[in-house]
Amino acid sequence: MPQLEVGGKSYEVDEDGFLQELEKWTRDFAQGYATIEGIEGELTEEHWKLIDYIREYYAQFGIAPMIRKMCKDTGFDLKKIYVLFPSGPAKGACKLAGLSKPTGCV
Amino acid sequence: MAAAKIPKPEELIALRYEPPETPWMETPTVFRPGTWSYTGTPKSLATLGLPNSRAWQPTDEDWKLPENWKQIILEGMAERLEKYRSFRLFMDICVRCGACADKCHFYIGSGDPKNMPVLRAELLRSVYRRYFTQSGKRLGRLVGARDLTIDVLKEWFYYFYQCTECRRCSVFCPYGIDQAEITMMGRELLNLVGCNINWVTEPMANCFRTGNHLGIQPGGVKDMLEFLADDVADRTGVKVDVPLNRKGAEILVVVPSGDYFADPGTYTCMGYLMLLHEIGLDFTFSTYASEGGNFGLFTSHEMIKRLNAKIYAEAKRLGVKWILGGECGHMWRVINQYMDTMNGPADFLEEPVSPITGTRFDNSRSTKMVHIAEFTADLIRNGKLKLDPSRNDAYRVTFHDSCNPARAMGLFEEPRYIINNVCNHFHEMAEDTIREKTLCCGSGAGLGNEENEEMRMRGGMPRAMAVKQVKEKYGVNRLACMCAIDRAALTALMDYWVPGVAVVGVHELLANALVMKGEKERTTDLRGEPLGGMAVDEAL
Repeated sequence: MPQLEVGGKSYEVDEDGFLQELEKWTRDFAQGYATIEGIEGELTEEHWKLIDYIREYYAQFGIAPMIRKMCKDTGFDLKKIYVLFPSGPAKGACKLAGLSKPTGCV
Repeated sequence: MAAAKIPKPEELIALRYEPPETPWMETPTVFRPGTWSYTGTPKSLATLGLPNSRAWQPTDEDWKLPENWKQIILEGMAERLEKYRSFRLFMDICVRCGACADKCHFYIGSGDPKNMPVLRAELLRSVYRRYFTQSGKRLGRLVGARDLTIDVLKEWFYYFYQCTECRRCSVFCPYGIDQAEITMMGRELLNLVGCNINWVTEPMANCFRTGNHLGIQPGGVKDMLEFLADDVADRTGVKVDVPLNRKGAEILVVVPSGDYFADPGTYTCMGYLMLLHEIGLDFTFSTYASEGGNFGLFTSHEMIKRLNAKIYAEAKRLGVKWILGGECGHMWRVINQYMDTMNGPADFLEEPVSPITGTRFDNSRSTKMVHIAEFTADLIRNGKLKLDPSRNDAYRVTFHDSCNPARAMGLFEEPRYIINNVCNHFHEMAEDTIREKTLCCGSGAGLGNEENEEMRMRGGMPRAMAVKQVKEKYGVNRLACMCAIDRAALTALMDYWVPGVAVVGVHELLANALVMKGEKERTTDLRGEPLGGMAVDEAL
């Protein structure tokens, strides 16, 4: 498994850089990863709103929320999510939130 | 680690179809970024009880195979030649006429001769000759036989995971050789030594853990379906029920998990909910049989059987009469070709009869499972639905026959009948790209992952070109299909080759047009887009 250096710490990730050790996620991880993802500066309140929402949903249901539900519950439309996370809701926001990538008919 | 950069469409389409200078047996396999899939993770292989779970990638020099890998493969081949008559037949009867050569979407899109179905089969057939025929044992290369070496195994892996088992080539084979079965055998053999791809193994592992590819637990299934029901209420003013795991329901409904998790499939799922509510069907979804798809089809016969078992088991537990299946693609090959003999007979179920029209679905007498397009077409034919096709007037629609419902069950007329009843603007693609000659999306059989994107765009190119033609000719802006892999794959394919064409399910179109009892005035379609002819006017 590949390792990724984020903020001076080493994490196990998959080939696309999704965190494999969900329990190791910290807010520092998300902030450190933001730089790798090309998000400039400190994560804003809006970034954290989405990341926290995704993590809370994951804690409750064991999976990432549907994108449409994510939009409805946070009040951000898809365009806004792409502005916040240029790689998009799954490859950007969920990755920073420490979730693994979905597989199957998606 | 980052995904390979995919060439621009004009670079990708600049193909010369020039064969390599070296004979095919001497042309080495190159694992070029963007044309292969990551391998199954050790965790997913272990969950599935598949052998030789380990971390590796095909670009590694050492594939960490068991010491006796060659013996395992050859014994596996001997066992399968004995067990599956079709396999021996297909190994023996090809006369290399070449009728299939230019019918494969991967060959058309890549120009690589090893993607000609005849040559892809020859990769396996050459080894069959060497070890299982007298002439091959004695004359070797002279009769097209070759030793099984590590390079041959690597070549198998590259090309058998570059076939989507779509079976278009088989339509043109004068002997009816089913190339999908050859790829299936190739993959079965590779699995004996632990060589599979993660886009196949992880969904399968998730299925054993939670019942579906995406790993959605019962609470998640409920949350998602209820979210979609809320959306239906927003659009129509009608509150629809989401019955789950309800014992004593008349019908069990099984759909692909992509339909209740990922856009644009979610709109098709809203379509199911609206239709089933409107006709008052006594049905239930299940959080256990929460997946129509069966990636066992892309792994081994044993895995097909293990994964498929849950559908009948759940039907029995809930005490339903029969099963209604959603717009899933390869699930229907499993159901029509394997389910009955692998996990049947389902003699605890009844022969399917529509409770609304009284129609008996004779073709499902044995499997007890009906495709929702047949079910819905029958409702329309009997005048049981009130439809207003003008609500789809913003759409100029074409229809992609998803490979398996088309070629594995001959479901050509029903989806067209539905679309023609719910849309005023329907335009067929070119005759040699539809019905039994339909062209694959390029991402089936587990190849729909991001790291393989260049190959997907190559494989999907012929389909995309047929869409482009009707877009330019008729202003087509919607591509309808009946498969969850399609809905994900064609969306990416259209963005790349034919921007401006969105992908929809047949039941999404139906639900747009469905006039429901007690509905409010509908001002938008299911996606929240305003109704009316605006989009068409803009397109032309």
